[in-house]
Amino acid sequence: MLSTPMSADPDAVAATAPILEVKGLAIRFKLPQGWVTAVDGVDFELRRGEVVGIVGESGSGKSQILLALMGLLAANGRASGSALFQGREILNRSARELDEVRGSAMAMIFQDPMTSLNPYMRVSDQLTEVLTTHRGVGSAEALEIAVRMLERVRIPEARRRIRLYPHEFSGGMRQRVMIAMALLCEPALLFADEPTTALDVTVQAQILELLADLARDFNAAVAIVTHDLGVIARLCDRVIVLYGGRIMEQAPIEEVFYDPRHPYTKGLLASMPRLDESPHEDLRTIPGQPRAAMGDLPGCPFAPRCEQRIARCTQETPLLLRAGDGRAAACHLVAP
Amino acid sequence: MSDTAAAPVPVAEPPRLGLSPFRASLRRYAANHLAVASSVVLLLVTLACFIGPFFFPFTADDADFDNLSAPIDLFSAHLFGTDDLGRDLLLRVLVSGRVSLALGFFGAIVSVFISVLYGSAAGYLGGRIDDLMMRAVDILLSVPFIFLAIVINVMLGKNNTSLFIAVVVTLWLTPAVIARGQAVSLRSREFIEAARAGGMSSFQIILRHIAPNSINVVIVYSSLLVLETILTESFLSFLGLGVQPPAASWGTLIAEGAQKLETDPRVLLLPGAFLAAVLFCLNYITDGLRDAFDPNER
Amino acid sequence: MFAYAVRRIIGAVPTLFALAVITFFMMRLAPGGPFDGNRRITKDALANIERAYHLDEPLWLQFCRYIWGVLHFDFGPSMTYRDYTVSELIRAGFPTSLEVGLWAMLLAGLTGLALGIAGALRRNQPVDYVAGALAMTGLAIPIFVIGPVLQLVFGLQLGWLPLTEWSGGIAHKIMPVVTLALPNIAYVSRLMRGSMIETVRTNYVRTARAKGLGEWRTIARHALKGAILPVVAYLGPATAATITGSIVVEQIFGLPGIGRHFVTGATNRDYPLMLGVTLFYGAIVIFANLLTDLARGLIDPKVSYE
Repeated sequence: MLSTPMSADPDAVAATAPILEVKGLAIRFKLPQGWVTAVDGVDFELRRGEVVGIVGESGSGKSQILLALMGLLAANGRASGSALFQGREILNRSARELDEVRGSAMAMIFQDPMTSLNPYMRVSDQLTEVLTTHRGVGSAEALEIAVRMLERVRIPEARRRIRLYPHEFSGGMRQRVMIAMALLCEPALLFADEPTTALDVTVQAQILELLADLARDFNAAVAIVTHDLGVIARLCDRVIVLYGGRIMEQAPIEEVFYDPRHPYTKGLLASMPRLDESPHEDLRTIPGQPRAAMGDLPGCPFAPRCEQRIARCTQETPLLLRAGDGRAAACHLVAP
Repeated sequence: MSDTAAAPVPVAEPPRLGLSPFRASLRRYAANHLAVASSVVLLLVTLACFIGPFFFPFTADDADFDNLSAPIDLFSAHLFGTDDLGRDLLLRVLVSGRVSLALGFFGAIVSVFISVLYGSAAGYLGGRIDDLMMRAVDILLSVPFIFLAIVINVMLGKNNTSLFIAVVVTLWLTPAVIARGQAVSLRSREFIEAARAGGMSSFQIILRHIAPNSINVVIVYSSLLVLETILTESFLSFLGLGVQPPAASWGTLIAEGAQKLETDPRVLLLPGAFLAAVLFCLNYITDGLRDAFDPNER
Repeated sequence: MFAYAVRRIIGAVPTLFALAVITFFMMRLAPGGPFDGNRRITKDALANIERAYHLDEPLWLQFCRYIWGVLHFDFGPSMTYRDYTVSELIRAGFPTSLEVGLWAMLLAGLTGLALGIAGALRRNQPVDYVAGALAMTGLAIPIFVIGPVLQLVFGLQLGWLPLTEWSGGIAHKIMPVVTLALPNIAYVSRLMRGSMIETVRTNYVRTARAKGLGEWRTIARHALKGAILPVVAYLGPATAATITGSIVVEQIFGLPGIGRHFVTGATNRDYPLMLGVTLFYGAIVIFANLLTDLARGLIDPKVSYE
């Protein structure tokens, strides 16, 4: 069943001030046919010591949220709304301003470690430059810190291996290197975009466990984007369910899995094949196909595929409203 | 997994039935205004060179002794003037353009043909044969093409045939390497396996599957080759090793013009402008074709 | 890396040898010779000449003799310039050709890189358009048109640069060098621009940005290294192109280089001269390709496994 949450005591966490407050985040892209909305109306908070999972299908806009917060949107993308990191606005700042926090207080782990590491630079250089840039340490000391971090992410023979190039590492080890690189400056906020999707199944569990341990050690706020409910179950304290660029439901993990309110969440959970079910039954699916960039249509983005929709659903976009203690949902049927 | 922070793209309208990849590429090309404009200009120049001379009441060799070294006068019989022997400049340029363009297009077609067959065979057969064939290409490539061209020219005597052969022999090399690359990546595709399983011989496979499927890359390189053939021929003619008098091509005219630079720069500038215009157009056309057809760019 | 370098160097030798074989046999098997139709030569005189030049010996023996000579840097006597051997002619002309060629490549490399990078980083802005126009000019207008046009404008009309009497001075070198460099500038700048645009969009440059390294450092340390690879790979072909161009440029500007010897040799069917120059230049190209391979090995760690 669900593992016990990996982070610190939830009550203690809830008592601290949020380190990241996102309000009304919307992301639009300029395409030849005009502006297209990928994400809209996204509100959430992150606190140190908690792991939040953002789950959604491909095209739901989940990766774009992280990229927008890091200031890494594609050239034709625009983010609007507000995102306060440690009380300071980080949305739509200049690159120079963002560079102060990027890599040091705020770090990101990307999806595909093969293409996300520079193939022409040694791993040592890619690691030490983070330290020399942000912490101002000399190269010798930076190397020491880097080696120790590699050991911490459980890369054997770290001192020898650090001189190698990325292609000389295996997939799982490359991801560990990426994790090490992100944690070098002990960030307060850590983003992870599908950290295990590009890896073998056997390696995935190790990486997740590593991530959880380190997050706890550094007491960082972690936001993980994934389409895999198993990853969510393993790691997260809270879950944000995204569809069509809008938040469908937000809740602590136990409640999401045992008491989902939103029809989409229910459908998602129902579609997971279970070991304790008879293997001869048909797999349950949600009818229809997701569409990308649905943010421009009126009504709930899930309405076309929702089995419980009513007339109101296609006309009026449901707002994300409180639906109990520490949880929220955007659905006309759940309205308090 | 795409390599960039890709923006989510809304689903386009479903493609109309029967739009083959080839036709889709043609559409893309047609949407490229620069390429289309260049194609039109090239067509006009070609027509002018091949048909234009029929509209002149005299020939390129006719010396108009009343009008030696006449200046440009768009309203006279001699639009761009005459040279010091009284020959109409524009007409000379158009007539010699026939040689340059014909050699260019024809040479390119032959080069493409040879290189695609050679490269496809090498790429598909692989192993030792591939090694050997490509090693030969490597060696030939290491000679600056001009030497190869000149040596052939010298060996076979100075006439248009040897010029043609020299140009083709030097230019088929690079497209052959590209075609081989295509063949290598095609070789492991399933439909080739199916052909083999169905009992097709290697020769048949090369001819009917590999070569035609390299067509996209071939189209792009054909255009590039036309450019290079015209350039190479002009180059050789300029050095006196190409087209021989009394025939003329743009290269020979430019050589003549380079010598007469101090007295009459028009003899250089007019064919030079035509040549440059054609090459400009071919450049844009090649770019357009590459954007539209090259599978590696998509 | 070292093993890779050694392998490459060793690999170049058979290529060179094959080149020698091909050119030698092509020459010898070609119809005619330098003495055709030139003057009336008696049969005896002809026989004497043939013996002197070893033309009466079996082909394979001539070839061995030739290879032996080549290894000693002796390409035999020239048949047109009676008092000189081919190697003397090459030695006399090489410094000029080398100087003009190297300067042209240097100019092309630096300018091309700068324009390409500028165009990529400032896409669709004025810099990009200027660079693009320059590139198109260099690519579309052949050097034998550009050369005389430059002579026309800067030599005749403006009188800034000298047209005659090569003195080896800088003023004399400007036009030939620029003419020779233009096509390569065009090619390199387009190559670099495309490569840079592509590199800047990669995931690993995105990671560099995410690390807060600053735009300059990201471009200089991360993007540049990968982007420059195609340009480095082009070094070999660039050398070949420059050599080719130098023949025409030397003709147009009257430079005392090797190129014109080749043309003279070609016109007169002076086989030893043509052969010698071909081999010499072929060796240079092979050498340039070698340098290219080594440079690629230094930049791209995966190359050393080839």
